[in-house]
Parts: sequence; structure tokens; C-alpha cells
Amino acid sequence: MAVEVHPAAPVRAPGPPRGRRHRWRGSETLAAWLFLLPSFAGFVVFTVVPVLGAGTISLLNWNLFSSPTWAGLHNFARLGPDPTFWSALGNTAYFTFVSVPLTLLVSLGLALLLNQGLRHVALFRSLLLLPYATITVAVAFVWIWLYIPHDGLVNAVLGLVGLHGPSWLISDEWAMPALIVMSVWKSFGFGMVIFLAGLQAIPQQLYEAARVDGTSPWQSFRNVTLPLLSPSVFFVVVTSVIGSFQVFDQALVMTNGGPGSRTTTLVMYIYQTGFENYDQGYAAAQSLVLFAFIAVITGLQFLLQRRLVHYDI
Amino acid sequence: MTSDAPTLAGNAVPGPLAASLRRSPALRRRLLVLACFLVTALTLTPVVMMLLVAFQSDSESMAAKPSFWPGTWHFENISRAFQLVPLGRYLLNTVFFAGGTTLLETVTAAPAAYAFARLTFPGRGVLFGVYLTTLMIPAQVTLIPQFILVAKFHGVDTWPGMILPHAFTALGVFLLRQFFLGIPRDYEEAARLDGANRWQAFTRVIVPLAVPAIATLAVFKFISQWNNLLWPLVVSNSDATRTAAVGLQVFQSTDGTQWNLLLMAASICTVPLIVLFFLTQRWFVKGITMSGLGGR
Repeated sequence: MAVEVHPAAPVRAPGPPRGRRHRWRGSETLAAWLFLLPSFAGFVVFTVVPVLGAGTISLLNWNLFSSPTWAGLHNFARLGPDPTFWSALGNTAYFTFVSVPLTLLVSLGLALLLNQGLRHVALFRSLLLLPYATITVAVAFVWIWLYIPHDGLVNAVLGLVGLHGPSWLISDEWAMPALIVMSVWKSFGFGMVIFLAGLQAIPQQLYEAARVDGTSPWQSFRNVTLPLLSPSVFFVVVTSVIGSFQVFDQALVMTNGGPGSRTTTLVMYIYQTGFENYDQGYAAAQSLVLFAFIAVITGLQFLLQRRLVHYDI
Repeated sequence: MTSDAPTLAGNAVPGPLAASLRRSPALRRRLLVLACFLVTALTLTPVVMMLLVAFQSDSESMAAKPSFWPGTWHFENISRAFQLVPLGRYLLNTVFFAGGTTLLETVTAAPAAYAFARLTFPGRGVLFGVYLTTLMIPAQVTLIPQFILVAKFHGVDTWPGMILPHAFTALGVFLLRQFFLGIPRDYEEAARLDGANRWQAFTRVIVPLAVPAIATLAVFKFISQWNNLLWPLVVSNSDATRTAAVGLQVFQSTDGTQWNLLLMAASICTVPLIVLFFLTQRWFVKGITMSGLGGR
């Protein structure tokens, strides 16, 4: 790492002896492990071990109550001819690829709006974080009312501008978009706060320099804000993709996977398999495949990151 | 997005609105405030509805055709919610659970993130990859194995059994690492040249600079554990450890859901989070500029 190279002959207080700097560097591996240890120990016991446990369960026939029997790879072989699994995967992909860009745009837009140095901005920030803070199961019921075909507020508002709204949650086409809108509403606060923190970190001098150079607002957004915000954007994209692949609570309450299996997401299907049909082995196999999909997508994002994300200020 | 860009001076795309906005910062300011109001009003509609239904009578809230404005305001719903379940006890339990996981996670994730962001050691990339990978595992996958593990250590219905499995997630390490990467290395270099050891460089340089990031992590961890339903549902089975999110289930299981009381309880459970966020947000969002990292 280039950073390990020090400027020559720095002015030093009569502090520690010369050799100390070398020891500091030489012990880097040991130091790193000391820093990591508390987190790593808990991580191994409470995450890695349970994941390995799930891997083991995927090789078993187990209904949670009787003693398990060996199934080998049978549970994985069942995935191929299972149409519900594939439609659930498709639904999850649909949800993810629509909701993540939307969440990103909404949270970035609001973060930029709230970063304009307006008065009472603290109040707006707090209020806009409310959806994130509410208990999903409770607000999901409110959203069911909003989406009621005839008397629901959403269609009433659409009616004011002369539009005839669909029967949102019971419509084949519109159930998923309705779910996505609710989910964006529920989760944009997280990205908004991350972006606000990122925006605050951008040195104002850069904007002043850009202004002196006569750049337009769009150019300074494009050339100053976006590159300097890219680590935050990367973080929000990665975590939102992962979160979207795991969407559960609101889908369960609002549509229970319907109509038909139009909004059955993979995690819902896994939950149904494991805790409604008590087929723990098959549920574990499904979750490992889901996990493989997420891992591939996240891996791709990290590859892209090398080209698009700038860490140095 | 153009109108949201940080500076408005310069060669803006000409147009009557853009031109008059450039000439009048006051008008621009007023329009932005208006936008804030509109967006906030739109966003808060479902929350306001939740609050309105919470004050309705039992029959109003269960009518087939929903009405939102309460015919009469039933303020006694507040005390009814507290009487139906020991909501006060549950809230206190939730503070323990969310507070405990948040404290442990923050204290362990920060040094780990520092190691990943700043120290080189064999296997760093692979290990960070493993951390990240576990972020992608749905909670449903590890639920049963985690429960078996906790049961083996007689941790069911105990605070350690509740807190420990959710106190070491990769999310905190990932978030803090991203922030630490953005802190210029010069600051640490200076401390190193003054003879600080790594721990001192971490606690006296990085941590103070990263207070906003750490606060952000803490608040989000607290909120997500406050609302965590699945794990407490499985592992706590008495009022001594039951959290508010689990307690809300009671409202749904008694004969016919009493929406007004459920939403009242849900609203009551959200209030502490609002207070927490309102008290801390100024500090954690503004903090980065105050730390001298951003300048003015």
C-alpha cells in the first residue's frame, strides 16, 4: 500500500524511539486480528455456525418434530421441476429490479432537497424517517386500506384527476407494483440518511471551485456530488438489493403471495415450505439457492464498484 | 434532479423559471420549502391514518367500509392498549433488547471495520467477502440453527439468548468500513508520526471523526431491532423478555383484530423511535462537517 510510505524526515517531538515505527508496521497482522477478534468471535458463533447448520439441514428430510433422516442432494433436485420456486424467483427479481432504482432515486432526491440549508430541515428529516421507524406489520394494514379498489384513498385521488385506478392488491398486473410502492415508502429513509451523511462530508470548497469555473448545477452534481457520494451510493445499492431479495413482512400481510402466486417472493415461499409445510430440509435447500443468487449479484456489484466508486477525497 | 443540484449559480440551462430562480434566491428557497412540505405530507399520509384509526371506536375501526376521521375521539384507547397487554413492560424489554444489540454491535463492529479499512493482513479480502456474504442470508435460513444453538446453551427466554445472536452482524462492519475508507489517511499518518499506536490512532483519530457514522449505525440498528419480530417471537416466551413487536401479535390473535387498539399500540411503540431520532439526527447528520472533515 502506497500509504505506508512516509514523507521523509518529519519533524518529531522527542517521543518514542525510531524502531517503534517499524514494529508498528511489522505487527500489522497481529493488530488487525486484535481489532477483529470481538466481532469475529461473535460472527463465527452466531452467524457462520448457524449457516453451516442450515447447510446440514438442507441435506436432511426433517419436519422440525421427528428425528431427521438423510436425504442427500434430493432437496436440491426437487427445485428444478418446482414451478412455484421459479415463479417466486422471478417475482423476487421483478421486485428487486424495480424497487432498488426507485428507492435510490427517492432517497437521493430527498437527501439533496434536505441538504439545501433550509430552515426547519431537522423537522422534515425526522418526519421523513417516520415510515422507516413504523412497525411494518401495522402500517401494512393501513396500506391495504389505501389500496381498497373503490373507497381507498389511492383510487379516490386518482379519480380526482380522472383516472380509474385498478384493484391494486387483487390485480394480477398491479399487485406487485402496489407492493413495490409500499416498500419504497417504508425503506427510503435508510438511504436518505446515509446520503445526507455523505453529502455533508463533501467539502464546500469543491462547489465553490466549480462555481468559479462556471459549471452548471447539473455539471457540478455530475462531476462533484456523484463521484464523492459514490461510496454511499454503493453501500445503499448493495444493501437495498440484499434487502429486496429478502422482502417478507409486507408481502405476507398485504397479499400473502396472491393473487395466485403473483407476489409470492422467495423468502415467503421458503417460509411457507419450512414453517407451514414443515419441510425444513427443502426450505434450507431453497434458501441456499437464494443465497447463491444474491451472492452472484453482489459479487457483480463489487466488480462494477472498481470502476465507478471513488474512495479518495 | 437538476433543480436539486447543490449550487444554482453558473451557466444554468436557460429557461424562464431557471432564470428567475437564479435572480431570486428567496423564490427558490420558498419553492424548495414548498417541495419539502408536499413530499412530507404525502409521505406521512399512511402514518397519520394509523394515528386517526387508533382513536376510533371499536365498531368504527372494524367497519367493512373504512372511514378515517374518528366520529368521536376515543382517548381512552391509549390506556386500553396498555391494559390489554403489559405494554409498558414490553416497551422496557424492547429497550433492553434493542439497546443491548446496538451497544454490542457498535462496540465490536467499529474496530473490525477499522481493520478491514486500514490494516493489511493475509486473507483480508476473503474474510471481508465472508462477512459480506452472510449479509445476504435471509433471517429465515439461520433461524432454526440459531434457536438450536441458543437452546443448547440454555439461553431461551434469557437476555443473552435474545441479544447475542443479533449483536454481531456484518452490516455494521460494512457500513463503518465504507465511512472509514472516506477518512483521509493523512489524519492517522499525523498521529502515527507523533508516536501513537494503532489503538490510539483508532480511538483518538478515527472514532472521533466517525462519530456521525457510528451514530448512524447505532440509530438504524436500534430501529431495526426495535421492530424485529421473528427472533424475539421465537426465543422469548414470557412477559419477562417479550418485546413490543411480539406483544402486538396479541392484538391480532384475540377474537377479531381490534384495529384501533393494534394501531394505537403500534403508534405508542413508534413514539420512542421518533423521539430518539429527533434528538440524535442533528448530531449525526451534521457531525461530519463539524469534525473538520468536510470544511464549510
